[in-house]
Amino acid sequence: MPPVISVTDLGKRYFLSHERKGDTLRDSLALGARGLWRRLSRRADPAAREEFWALRDVSFEVAQGDVIGIIGRNGAGKSTLLKVLSRITEPTAGRAVIRGRVASLLEVGTGFHPELSGRENIYLNGAILGMPREEIRRKFDEIVAFAEVERFLDTQVKHYSSGMYVRLAFAVAAHLEPEILIVDEVLAVGDAAFQKKCLGKMGEVARDSGRTVLFVSHNTAALQAICRTGLWLQQGRLVRQGPINDCLSAYLAAGAESAVFAPADPGRPHITAVTVDREALAAGRLRISVGFKSPFPLGRPVVGIILHNKFGQPLAGSNGRMLGERWAPPAAAAGVVTAEINPLPLHSDTYRASVYLGDAAQDYDEKREAVEFDFVSPRFYPQAPRVDVIGQVDLPWQWSLAPDGPRAS
Amino acid sequence: MANSAVPVSILEAGRSSRHYWADLWRYRELLGFLAWRDIKVRYKQAALGVAWALVQPAVTLAVFTFIFGRLAGMPAGHAPYPLLVLAGLLPWQLFAAAFANASGSLVANTHLISKVYFPRLIVPLSSVAVALIDFAVVLILLVALCSWWRFVPDWRLVFLPAFILLTLVTALGTGLWLTALTVRYRDFRFVVPFLLQVGLFLSPVGFSTTNLPNWRFLYSLNPMVGAIDGFRWCLLRGEPALDPVHLGLSVVMSAGLLASGLWYFRRMERTFADVI
Repeated sequence: MPPVISVTDLGKRYFLSHERKGDTLRDSLALGARGLWRRLSRRADPAAREEFWALRDVSFEVAQGDVIGIIGRNGAGKSTLLKVLSRITEPTAGRAVIRGRVASLLEVGTGFHPELSGRENIYLNGAILGMPREEIRRKFDEIVAFAEVERFLDTQVKHYSSGMYVRLAFAVAAHLEPEILIVDEVLAVGDAAFQKKCLGKMGEVARDSGRTVLFVSHNTAALQAICRTGLWLQQGRLVRQGPINDCLSAYLAAGAESAVFAPADPGRPHITAVTVDREALAAGRLRISVGFKSPFPLGRPVVGIILHNKFGQPLAGSNGRMLGERWAPPAAAAGVVTAEINPLPLHSDTYRASVYLGDAAQDYDEKREAVEFDFVSPRFYPQAPRVDVIGQVDLPWQWSLAPDGPRAS
Repeated sequence: MANSAVPVSILEAGRSSRHYWADLWRYRELLGFLAWRDIKVRYKQAALGVAWALVQPAVTLAVFTFIFGRLAGMPAGHAPYPLLVLAGLLPWQLFAAAFANASGSLVANTHLISKVYFPRLIVPLSSVAVALIDFAVVLILLVALCSWWRFVPDWRLVFLPAFILLTLVTALGTGLWLTALTVRYRDFRFVVPFLLQVGLFLSPVGFSTTNLPNWRFLYSLNPMVGAIDGFRWCLLRGEPALDPVHLGLSVVMSAGLLASGLWYFRRMERTFADVI
């Protein structure tokens, strides 16, 4: 039996354009006219365009009924791969042969319209995902029951809570019956119980109906639970394909804790690298180093760091500027600024850090969610805390009880 | 979806899908749903609802009748002047709405285009369908005016669908060009209202083309001239017969617009998700 998906030397190139933006309307018009002429006459200025391969020379095959977990850091090309396989965008090089109908879920609730009711959105969203009306009608009750929104079916979706919205959106997608299902990291939203239900449904779909599933997630436990095979992408290239556990352990061992950046504009001060010290992390401390380079000495180099949870919500941050006189390093045109938190008061989870570079007066460069790291907290709790319920921050709580004596009223 | 024949698709640079037109057919329900969504949402929180689709043509009708019929004193022919204007206004409104909807359609559906696959032609097509529904509402105005003047169209009414089609083809052709261009260059958003304004004066909406005998050939290069003349011929008894050369010219222009619009749209379609 031929593979369901076979990908050969697949590549996707984007152009990053570095066009100057006009500050005034007149500048914009002049630049715009020039730019338009250049683009229309296809004489693109090569200096203004920088190529960027989001995917490069990726080859793999997927057998029918396989459940593939795609892992890799942000920007490794996972989403681009899914977009190419979903036919949303065209590859620049190579080819992919797909046998079977593809349904892709790259985002929860694509095409949901806030003004329409839950019932109307089920039909609309189903049609957008490629479900015939007859099939939606047949599965309607099942979808509604799965989403647990019976009472609000005729309420406009704009009045839904975010939980209800996510449940409804996923319920529609979960009832698709394509031969190949492509799911991007959409399960990161919603409450834990529903996430579990969705994972169960996805596992069921793959096991019972022999459907092929491609699944992107940062959630190690979910990947282990439902995937058999793993694909590990790094900077657009396929690094490893094999049993999910081998891929995951290789990926985790390689660490996603450092990143090197090419300057977007060498004429401006920029961040060159961000590193999270893995040994410090293992010891319960956070040590982030930020390398920078500047064409001129920065009077008081200032680095800002924001920690995010895995959903990208900011947890805590600091920067040299807010410290005032307490942060007074000598001027430097290049160097490494290191920040440390000891101990790191967070629970075990995946975190990201955004970094900023500036001087006393202004910011020059920012790398949002530049690094991602898995933190295993050394603080032991007999009953492991659920971070999605209580939050990620592990404050030093002091508990006490005042016994209610006989004299108390 | 249980189909025994498993479709095979090959994704490659520059290769258009072999299944494109079949896919377009398979997604025909989506076309209906998108049109239904747009109509539903448009009138959701409007107290007067669909009545709005009548207000604009009614006011334009009154103004044009006054300006061209009274002030300029243009001859009406056999039908009352307001009917002459309405017979021109109907196709023009249909064109204007279909063209404006189609031109903005891709950018208005950015979130869909960057997240789901379906033949992108569905989007401008569904927006044209929305205009058709507004058109049906304006037809009520026509019926009302006809019964007011006790004016009954004759057998030529059966040809009306052909001229509706001509109008839609013209609107879709120009709309495909504009919507594909707008994805890349948002500048074209500003071109649409401008084109409509100029087009309104370049089309014989407020007057009859019988008033311009010398310019007919050149004038017919505007495909809407053929559509409007056709509407008048179908709806108003006693209009002179259509000149086959002028009509043919309009049809050829309109078909050319659609063919070139489709060509450009299909060529740009594969990069929509990357540049939108």
